[in-house]
Amino acid sequence: MQTQTLALDRLDQPGAGQWPRYVLTGLAIIIISVFLLLPLAAVLIEAFSEGWDLYLQAITDRYTWEAIKLTLLVAAVVVPLNTVFGIAAAWMIARFQFTGRGALTTLIDLPFSISPVIAGLIFVLVFGAQGWFGSWFAEQGFPIIFAVPGIILATLFVTVPFVARELIPLMQEQGSEEEEAAIALGAGSWTMFWKITLPKIKWGLLYGIILCNARAMGEFGAVSVVSGHIRGKTNTLPLHVEILYNEYNFTAAFAVASLLAGLAILTLVLKSLVEWQQARSLERATQ
Amino acid sequence: MKRSFSILPGFRLASGITLFYLSLLVLIPLCALVWKTTELSLGELFATLTNSRVLASFRVSILTALAAAFINLFLGFVIAWVLVRYPMPMKRLFDAVIDLPFALPTAVAGIVLAALYAPDGWIGSFFTELGIRIAYTPLGIVVALMFIGLPFVVRTVEPVLQDLDSQLEEAAQSLGASPWTIFRRVLFPPLVPALLTGFALAFARGLGEYGSVIFIAGNMPMVSEIVPLLIITKLEQYDYAGATAIGLMMLVVAFIMLLVINMLQAWTRKRTGKL
Repeated sequence: MQTQTLALDRLDQPGAGQWPRYVLTGLAIIIISVFLLLPLAAVLIEAFSEGWDLYLQAITDRYTWEAIKLTLLVAAVVVPLNTVFGIAAAWMIARFQFTGRGALTTLIDLPFSISPVIAGLIFVLVFGAQGWFGSWFAEQGFPIIFAVPGIILATLFVTVPFVARELIPLMQEQGSEEEEAAIALGAGSWTMFWKITLPKIKWGLLYGIILCNARAMGEFGAVSVVSGHIRGKTNTLPLHVEILYNEYNFTAAFAVASLLAGLAILTLVLKSLVEWQQARSLERATQ
Repeated sequence: MKRSFSILPGFRLASGITLFYLSLLVLIPLCALVWKTTELSLGELFATLTNSRVLASFRVSILTALAAAFINLFLGFVIAWVLVRYPMPMKRLFDAVIDLPFALPTAVAGIVLAALYAPDGWIGSFFTELGIRIAYTPLGIVVALMFIGLPFVVRTVEPVLQDLDSQLEEAAQSLGASPWTIFRRVLFPPLVPALLTGFALAFARGLGEYGSVIFIAGNMPMVSEIVPLLIITKLEQYDYAGATAIGLMMLVVAFIMLLVINMLQAWTRKRTGKL
């Protein structure tokens, strides 16, 4: 962007008055600082407001540990499943022409525009006590709602689009010449996938996985509907934050929240690194 | 499913996985919602949806989401403009932190915004002196939805602003147009579809948002109770029919918003001449 000389910027040269540039830059910095940086800083400040000991006590509490373990378990199931789905859906949509392609793309996008509470509600309607299959599963000693499987299902639903949405436009843009060449030269399907497709999409794939993971670990609304909030059993980290907060145990709530804020910072850093790598490999490809 | 011939392998496997997964996880559960609503008579459905508390929650959700998306239109535009066109100290950091609302779990956003904007909070105490209460009023909902919606506007306007043709701008300038005229007649018109898309995305997200809102909203029925919270309240009272009816209504709204957004995105692509 720096290479373009833009008319408005040139007008900003001495003599024409630089005030629009300074006013707007100042305004943008204020907005970002007050709306985004301040809340992030406030989480950490509140978490440590009563000292290290209370902080450590809050995050090493037994129920916090159980919540951490459950959150990791949910992400460990959800992220791989949605990754496989995302690759399959992107391969189907970006590489083949078929009727109903547009409708399928819309269906994949749908969970993004549906309220997380609805995402929880639909699984209650299918697997809840009043639901279609709820009583059957409960009789088998394998309840879904107010149990871990329900949390996994609701999280799967809200994170369905992440990997697919990242890969579909990327693969469409890349085209399929190299893959067609590999097949024409006699490569097997899986050889083509591992040697041609995967290296080409790896940064986009990683980007989707990072965002999918952040949402899977942080989902609140959908999980809140199906979890039943049983401490030590069906309590994920975000739900644990809510329970502590509603008990007026603010320092502990912010201590647990600081773990999730750390996850968010890590996500942003990784995301920036992947974007940077992606831009670099694109540059190399066009050189 | 018909498809045109291609030598590439894997269509059957990929379509098998995709369709099975989507049916099981998205299609069948959504059908359950529609199916459960058909168990209600039309009269019951009408009575549920026109109940004064339900109507009030829809009014609160729609008005706060509209207000937040509208404010974000301006804030997001300023940020995108500065990020694309001006040099700025620590630009990388400011650029990366725009996506914070996507990465930060909504419950965390909810409790920290409630703490900041509470009457005795860092920002809230400032407004208390002016006689304005933010937390635990509909204004608090607007603040939470502004936080959640900001990146949608920035990230949809940014790429379009980046691709603007500088030749048009230079031509206008050499013909003697003032900076304000250049902005109004040359720069702004191609940005309109992207701005509307960002607005629609922020509005749609705001309508369904739950986690970041409930801590700051106060959740007073008729005043500051949002629709998603009312659904949860109905579920907790075992009023499955009521929850389902409201849920279906929200699903219909989500569908409409998705269509509108798809159309706006197609318009943006046409305007910018990109695929």
